[in-house]
Amino acid sequence: MDNEQAVFYSRVLTELTLSFHIIYATIGVGIPLMIMIAQWVGIKKNDEHYILLARRWARGFVITVAVGVVTGTAIGLQLALLWPNFMELAGNVIALPLFMETFAFFFEAIFLGIYLYTWDRFDNQKKHLLLLIPVAVGASFSAVFITIVNAFMNAPQGFDLVDGELININPLLAMFNPAMPTKVAHVVSTAYMTSAFVLASIAAFRLLKGSNHVYHKKALFLTMKVGLVFAIATAIIGDFSGKYLAEYQPEKLAAAEWHFETEENAPLIMYGVLEDGEVKYAIKIPYALSILAHANPFAEVKGLDQFPEDEVPPLYIHYLFDIMVTIGMWLAFLSALFVFATWRKWSFIQTKWFRWLLVAGGPLAIIAIEAGWWFAEVGRQPWVLRGIMRTEDAATTSGQVDIMLALFAGLYLILGVGSVVVLRRMFKRNPVEQEIEDRRKEKGGDIH
Amino acid sequence: MTLEIIGISVLWMFLFGYVIVASIDFGAGFFNAYNILTRREHILTNVIQRYLSPVWEVTNVFLVFFFVGVIGFFPKTAFYYGTTLLVPVSIAIILLAIRGSYYAFAMYGSYGHKGYTFMYGMAGLFIPASLSIVLTISEGGFISMVNDYPVLDYWELFTSPLTWSIFVLSITALLYISAVFLTWYANKAGDTSATELLRKYALIWALPTMVTAGGIIFELRSHNPEHYARILDLWWVFGLSFLLFIGTVWFIFKRKKYGLAFGLLVGQFALAFFGYGVSHYPYLLYPYLTIYDSFTNEAMAIALITAFIAGLGLLLPSLYLLLRLFLFNKDYVRGNKDHHT
Ligand code: HDD
Ligand code: HEM
Ligand code: HEM
Repeated sequence: MDNEQAVFYSRVLTELTLSFHIIYATIGVGIPLMIMIAQWVGIKKNDEHYILLARRWARGFVITVAVGVVTGTAIGLQLALLWPNFMELAGNVIALPLFMETFAFFFEAIFLGIYLYTWDRFDNQKKHLLLLIPVAVGASFSAVFITIVNAFMNAPQGFDLVDGELININPLLAMFNPAMPTKVAHVVSTAYMTSAFVLASIAAFRLLKGSNHVYHKKALFLTMKVGLVFAIATAIIGDFSGKYLAEYQPEKLAAAEWHFETEENAPLIMYGVLEDGEVKYAIKIPYALSILAHANPFAEVKGLDQFPEDEVPPLYIHYLFDIMVTIGMWLAFLSALFVFATWRKWSFIQTKWFRWLLVAGGPLAIIAIEAGWWFAEVGRQPWVLRGIMRTEDAATTSGQVDIMLALFAGLYLILGVGSVVVLRRMFKRNPVEQEIEDRRKEKGGDIH
Repeated sequence: MTLEIIGISVLWMFLFGYVIVASIDFGAGFFNAYNILTRREHILTNVIQRYLSPVWEVTNVFLVFFFVGVIGFFPKTAFYYGTTLLVPVSIAIILLAIRGSYYAFAMYGSYGHKGYTFMYGMAGLFIPASLSIVLTISEGGFISMVNDYPVLDYWELFTSPLTWSIFVLSITALLYISAVFLTWYANKAGDTSATELLRKYALIWALPTMVTAGGIIFELRSHNPEHYARILDLWWVFGLSFLLFIGTVWFIFKRKKYGLAFGLLVGQFALAFFGYGVSHYPYLLYPYLTIYDSFTNEAMAIALITAFIAGLGLLLPSLYLLLRLFLFNKDYVRGNKDHHT
């Protein structure tokens, strides 16, 4: 295999592993928070339904964590196997957050083990809830630290490169790079948002499939409220991410917006297709790009004419950006509508078609996550470290990457199918009604 | 002590931690599979599930810590080992993934299936075996530089007796460590039939472990004379390790003090492991890479060590809590209480 092929297959394998890991990782970041909220509400209101909700989510969570952990281990090793030149440089400058991430993993893993095996072990339920805090903190900090590494790839700083030698290295400066605040905030808030919508999907699906138990209704209302909060947060932080791009990675923003010429009063292009360099069928929102980029409708936005041709990212990232933003707006709207309608006791939210919309929310959020990452990563091309190292110079020279790609593709297929099958069985075998019944017998009391 | 030595010592310590906890885990999986397949059924299942369920993810983090730390402290290793290890390490990852996920699927999803149990048991044996190739390669002689890039010679690697002795050692040691620990654990749980069975396994695997370990030192004499000479300089460390080994076998044989026996075993492996590490010094990869020429810059080293100390402050109390609740808690070990979600 020549080197070009090694680069190509390394990219595909990295894309595959990350795209797979991110599904489980996102859920892994968000679900502990959701469990915590449910258990807390349950203790507060003394409502066994919420406690049971927390307990059943925790059970499912174990399966997703397992896949998250093994695929994370894979990507961690693959970074060094597939991008040895990049990791050598990264090791010198940005190893600190990677290293701190392992402590976050440790922390999460230890307390997750304890949490799972101490249900009803304490007389005071709050003590058990306390054990969940380190799990949620550890999971969120895993995301924070790894996203810092990714932010560094987009806006490297904290070192000087003189004649190929790295000097003046400052690990803290590298960590607190300009991309870090918006990236970290956006990733964490989208993880919470996605988890909420995924759990809402499940509740809505159960309601559709004939179970009219209040348990599912409570679950749906709770998750939609949380979803709404984080959908709004996501949109606001997304807006800041756009401003970050305009300042530090204008070529990514320009490519995403098909903004070819530098101009003032720039319109935002939504949807459309590109034919022979012409934008067709697009919706143009006047001034909106200037607002997104600089919070000023008249501001000048850099276009692609400012960049050498071989440094312009692929233009298809426009579609990815549109997918992400559309889904974000839609989910914010949907959850706002649901919460408002529940409050006003409007009955259309009980209808079948509306519930199907809610079911679609979870998968849509995951699509938005994937689109967002592809947009961010492909938009960084041709650089692996923006302005410093090109992707093709970072890859391995090994000749067996294609075989490994096939092996890993098979592995992810097994893991993906396996986790879905196991999760389905787990909850089918032990339906909520049954479990509520069991708990009532056990406790003898007012559980409905 | 230089920063380089602190760095490598920390990493070597965590790798040792991984070797012990992972051996217990992998060996347990193997014994369990073996018993189920030979229809002795579930003598061991209980003991193994009680101990392993809460800790499996923690085991994995030890490994992650090690490889992330290596790249942090010694970034050049990414270039040499990253380029050459694609195939063996990818295989190890896939085995780890199969094992880790089916473990969760089976334990929590109650997805009992003989085929999986078997795969799970076998995967555990071959993970250390495929990871141990890294140690073999580090002895030099298998990597050469072509156009400034390191290339691994697979033919040389798979025909070398050194490779195969390290391979066999990884398996025998794993089964031995696991059997000794589980004997102790089963005894604490008051499960006599499991204790007896595991005690038998411990005695069976003791001798092969020693023989293969000796064999490796012998192989090194011709493969890497420099390393061999340094091992001989440290003969007393290995001698002490051997004495501890005798101690473990004695207690197990006499059915006495299983806890102490396991303690001695940890001591034995610690001495051998650190003896090996020290005699390997200063090379990370003979003859290309030493801990000095691959070391990161000083600013990063200090930052990493600071983070490590802070992290340890968080980690040790949590680990202590985990062990207290599960390993040293009589009610839990005996299965009197089950609070699984
Ligand atoms: C549920 C998922 C989701 C949703 C609804 C949104 N995003 Fe997003 N977005 C992500 C998930 C995501 C992400 C997966 O988390 C990314 C990829 C890399 C990153 O830093 O975050 C991302 C990146 C990302 C970037 C690029 C940052 C960079 O490359 O540094 C911008 C400019 C936006 N987003 C803006 C928005 C806006 C204006 C949204 C309007 C609602 C929006 N996002 C919704
Ligand atoms: C988990 C979410 C992530 C996803 C889904 C993702 C996705 C991708 C995709 C699609 C590419 C290929 C771009 C192309 O070839 O055109 C890529 C490249 C890459 N990403 Fe990310 N990425 C993620 C996070 C990260 C993080 C956190 C890091 C670093 C720690 C990282 C490191 C890399 C590297 C080294 C490459 C290869 C070089 C390149 O092709 O740009 N990624 N990623
Ligand atoms: C290049 C990118 C990435 C690398 C190298 C990486 C590495 C890892 C590793 C090694 C693990 C296993 C840890 C263990 O043994 O417990 C893991 C799990 C995890 N990762 Fe990733 N990761 C990456 C991207 C991400 C991203 C972008 C997120 C968050 C948005 C994330 C969140 C998590 C979480 C929360 C876990 C814990 C497992 C779980 O709770 O589901 N990772 N990752």
